[in-house]
Amino acid sequence: MAFFLETLIGGLMAGMLYSLVALGFVLIYKASGVFNFAQGAMVLFAALAMARFAEWVPAWTGIDNAIATTLIAFVIAGTCMFLVAWLIEKLVLRHLVNQEGATLLMATLGITYFLEGLGQTLFGSDIYKIDIGMPKEPIFVFDSIFEGGILVNKEDIIAAAIAAGLVVLLSVFFQKTSTGRALRAVADDHQAAQSIGIPLNRIWVIVWCVAGVVALVAGMIWGSKLGVQFSLTTVALRALPVVILGGLTSVPGAIIGGLIIGVGEKLSEVYLGPYVGGGIEIWFAYVLALVFLLFRPQGLFGEKIIDRV
Amino acid sequence: MLYRENGQFKTSYRADQAIFPIAQDRIAIALMLAVAFLVVPMLASDYIFRAILIPFVIMALAALGVNILVGYCGQISLGSGAFMAVGAYGAYNFFVRIPGLPLIPALILGGLCATFFGILFGLPSLRVKGLYLAVATLAAQFFSDWMFLRIKWFTNNSDSGSVSVNNLQVFGMPIESATSKYIFCLAVLVVVALLAKNLVRGSVGREWMAIRDMDVAAAVIGIRPMYAKLSAFAVSSFIIGMAGALWAFVHLGAWEPAAFSVEVSFRLLFMVIIGGLGSIMGGFFGAAFIVVLPIVLNQFLPALVGMFGIEISTAGVSHAELMIFGALIVWFLIVEPHGLAKLWSTAKQKLRLWPFPH
Repeated sequence: MAFFLETLIGGLMAGMLYSLVALGFVLIYKASGVFNFAQGAMVLFAALAMARFAEWVPAWTGIDNAIATTLIAFVIAGTCMFLVAWLIEKLVLRHLVNQEGATLLMATLGITYFLEGLGQTLFGSDIYKIDIGMPKEPIFVFDSIFEGGILVNKEDIIAAAIAAGLVVLLSVFFQKTSTGRALRAVADDHQAAQSIGIPLNRIWVIVWCVAGVVALVAGMIWGSKLGVQFSLTTVALRALPVVILGGLTSVPGAIIGGLIIGVGEKLSEVYLGPYVGGGIEIWFAYVLALVFLLFRPQGLFGEKIIDRV
Repeated sequence: MLYRENGQFKTSYRADQAIFPIAQDRIAIALMLAVAFLVVPMLASDYIFRAILIPFVIMALAALGVNILVGYCGQISLGSGAFMAVGAYGAYNFFVRIPGLPLIPALILGGLCATFFGILFGLPSLRVKGLYLAVATLAAQFFSDWMFLRIKWFTNNSDSGSVSVNNLQVFGMPIESATSKYIFCLAVLVVVALLAKNLVRGSVGREWMAIRDMDVAAAVIGIRPMYAKLSAFAVSSFIIGMAGALWAFVHLGAWEPAAFSVEVSFRLLFMVIIGGLGSIMGGFFGAAFIVVLPIVLNQFLPALVGMFGIEISTAGVSHAELMIFGALIVWFLIVEPHGLAKLWSTAKQKLRLWPFPH
């Protein structure tokens, strides 16, 4: 039982990181109908920027305080993501208005390649560590109920808290601010939003920025757990089934889908994996999402797709 | 003056429905085939065969298959690499388990394996479409990556999933030299391209295109979506599977599951989009572009940067290659979203009116 709970918690933690990446997908798809394959590359780029600036800032300015360095690095990396978002809108999206979904998907694949190359050219391609001062040592909880207790990483708990905070922040941003309302309006209907004076271009920049910041947070947490390296881009591929499970247009869907996939992956690997040769967590999420789609094509929380001739 | 159909009268329906109704096209195609089969083998060096021509021919075949699914039937697929892998490993299994099986039946059996796999993973297309389907087909990709790495039976109990074939023969002739490999692949490509061209011109192809353009309307006028979509998956994955088998058997010789990773799927999709969706010609253009581009970049980038007095490391070249590749794709999509085939047909249209613009 304790082992099951431990696996479950591990799955939830992994799932939460998937949710963070999936959130980036959903934000952009909601506001512009673009399926952003570059989210993984953005996570890598952001994490690389964060890791390198955290290294460079003390060397340049002589600041020795860990918290201050982290903050400055975070702000600089955030600015980088803002620049990336602005350039993507300026150079790519603006010219591809009204193209088909497939074309836009391809364009984001192109952006993926570009960002991967650019990130490694600017920041180097070694494995870096992000140290944002998270406590590493595991703690044991519930040792009164189970023998030996359940092993939980403090780091995971903090990461979960950060992710939860981000989600709350985003929902407040979407529900309460006028920009958030404009974003939702654009998501519902581009033309109608434009006709009441919402500038589409600015909205796109904002949404890609927000996705960039989400990518930065995701990259930061992944990076401090496992180190920043090229394989971070594959995180995006792991997060894709989350998006289709939860529905492409739903923020809560991304969160809950992420948790389901995270738990499903870990439990299947531990309890099912030994029978079929292991390593099944790579495709298990996809097959789970696939089977699920057969019953509910729009995902858990997605909007119902209505086709008219 | 040179490219005009004036004075070419057709007196039968057969003549009117020919693949190339204009005589100049027929001559041009015949010339191109003659060059490809006779002149190229005499001129090209071994390096050009192995690095450019053979990959180009096989990838063009695969792109043809992808184009049937994505371009003609509108089902975006990111699982093409998996179909190639199934074709390759399927053909391999028949090849080792049936002693004395000739190469061509092995290729066809590999294609049939891919067909079954394709139909299986095409089933979700009956329920989901568009971008959801694109992600769903990734399931095929990751599943096949895992299957050939972990299930030992498929790889004849090799530990790492890497296998090899040798002593390839077609009709008693060995397929060992680069020239013979090239000729063989080219022959397969020409036959399959002819069949595919006729298929997409016929009733099946028109059903696919109706489904692509608007599936609900197509269903209303009596096209069975299930039949049309699954037949597109079947035909497309058969061709991709054959291309996979060729890639493994003829081009690589020895391979492992990583040869058919998700990267291959992306590249195939690039070929189709850059070449032109819904055009047999497009696959050839796209394959040429995607196969040749990395080689050209690799060869010329260090020299080009060197002119400005900058030394560039190997890692730097590969990063720059990624960036240029990505930028070119975006640039292409912006400038010509209908692909190179559209440029080709525009050029032909202009040529017909030349020298008068209207």
